Amino acid sequence: MRNRKAMVGLGAIAGVVLLWFALTRWFGIIPIGRFPTPGEFWDALKQIELRGFAGSRLHAHALHSLRLIVISFLVAVATGIPLGLLMGWNRRAEALINPVFMLIRPIPPLAWIPLAILWLGLGDAAKVMVIWFAAFVPSVINAHAGVRNIDRSMIEAARMMGTPPHRLVMEVIVPAAMPMIFTGLRLSLQASWTTLVAAELVGALVGVGFVLNVAQQDIFPAMILVGMLTVGVLGWFTTYVLGLVERRVLAWSVQGRA
Amino acid sequence: MEERPLYLTSTLLYGFAGLVVFFGVWFVLPTTGLVPVQFLPSPITVAERVATLTTNRFAGATLPAHIAYSFTRFISGFALAALIGIPLGLLMGWFRIVDEIAGPIFDGLRFIAPIAWVPFAALWFGTGIGGPIMIIFAGAFPPCVINAYRGARQVDPRLIEAAEMLGTSDMRMMTNILLPASVPSIVAGLRVAAGLGWQSLVGAELIVASTGVGFMMVQAQANVATSTVMSGMVAIGIVGLLIDIILRWGEAAIRRRRGLNA
Repeated sequence: MRNRKAMVGLGAIAGVVLLWFALTRWFGIIPIGRFPTPGEFWDALKQIELRGFAGSRLHAHALHSLRLIVISFLVAVATGIPLGLLMGWNRRAEALINPVFMLIRPIPPLAWIPLAILWLGLGDAAKVMVIWFAAFVPSVINAHAGVRNIDRSMIEAARMMGTPPHRLVMEVIVPAAMPMIFTGLRLSLQASWTTLVAAELVGALVGVGFVLNVAQQDIFPAMILVGMLTVGVLGWFTTYVLGLVERRVLAWSVQGRA
Repeated sequence: MEERPLYLTSTLLYGFAGLVVFFGVWFVLPTTGLVPVQFLPSPITVAERVATLTTNRFAGATLPAHIAYSFTRFISGFALAALIGIPLGLLMGWFRIVDEIAGPIFDGLRFIAPIAWVPFAALWFGTGIGGPIMIIFAGAFPPCVINAYRGARQVDPRLIEAAEMLGTSDMRMMTNILLPASVPSIVAGLRVAAGLGWQSLVGAELIVASTGVGFMMVQAQANVATSTVMSGMVAIGIVGLLIDIILRWGEAAIRRRRGLNA
């Protein structure tokens, strides 16, 4: 059963590659300059990795973007989760912060890009700011909801046995909210990539979005495809790593075993 | 959780205090000169700027006109995503072979951020209306497919078996059984799709458009007109919120009619 599924899946992907050859090379249905042929794609890949494009080689662009994502994502998570936990735990903090949060939340992270460039310029600081916004909001919301959805009886049981507050937070509240928090982290990660690529397309000096930007201005379809596939591979890789962490942390829960 | 819920009056008081602090800091920083006004215009300056922009043009149009351009693009891309995505999701949910073929391709494409389609969108459809619509489509399409698929897979098997026993054709099975049964899931997907589509539109307009709120913001950024940039953010936030409220209202109405808890 599983075998058949894998076979058809592989077949589908092989079919796409074949179709790509057919449409661009053998029959020329897609006109030249609209979409690259596989040969052009390969040449562009060699060019950017061996000689460089848009100022750097491919791995340098990719590592730069990856580093920005990791740093900003960790900062957003480290600020968002505690705030969400606090809002879930303390009614006063929630009442105080929620209205302001609701006011800022509808503004999509991408809309912060022009302001970030005005404030911090075209360098890394502006990217960190917008990715922080993108990843912060889902972290807060899910940590908040995670605490709110904890089974009350669990907390009362811990209290009844005289658990001191700091242990209650670290050993009951945080672990119980963890599955929900990870759901938020996955959303945060996706939003981070979208935002970074957009920010680098609007203005940057290095990074995968910048490769896309230069390729677009040069009308270089093969390099556009290289940039897009790099974005895809990096996005897949970070999601995979997050999945590994999740399985470790949530080994005790249904979500972790799935 | 920690204690009993706050009284309504205290909730309102705390909320009011939070807002006062937020707007207070925002107001005090530029007016006292701690932060330059070009850097952070006060909320009053931004409000005045929004009022001016309703009649005065910036980047070729007034703010309402830019919003209208953006919204037209949004509706087109969103409708296209729903019209293609929902049937595809239902097909994937009913025919196993479609699921097995489209699934891996779809999964592979999912990791490419919608905004990364911008260069091809500009190359294929230009920067006027076609390019941005394609980006909205790229943002809104996946949730439409995924939720229609999930909805179709979670249909009560008894319904399907009953229909099969009566000799229902594949076509009618999809339009008369799977589609109506998965409406709640599809509407939930549409809400997610609208949010992602709206935000992709803003991104696309920042990069490739020549009208629209995003374009206005980029022009304002180039002119260091911070209050105009912030007016754009306010407009985007309000329109996005309205779209979400309308869809949420529709979702609740449908769930109520189905007897599901809203």
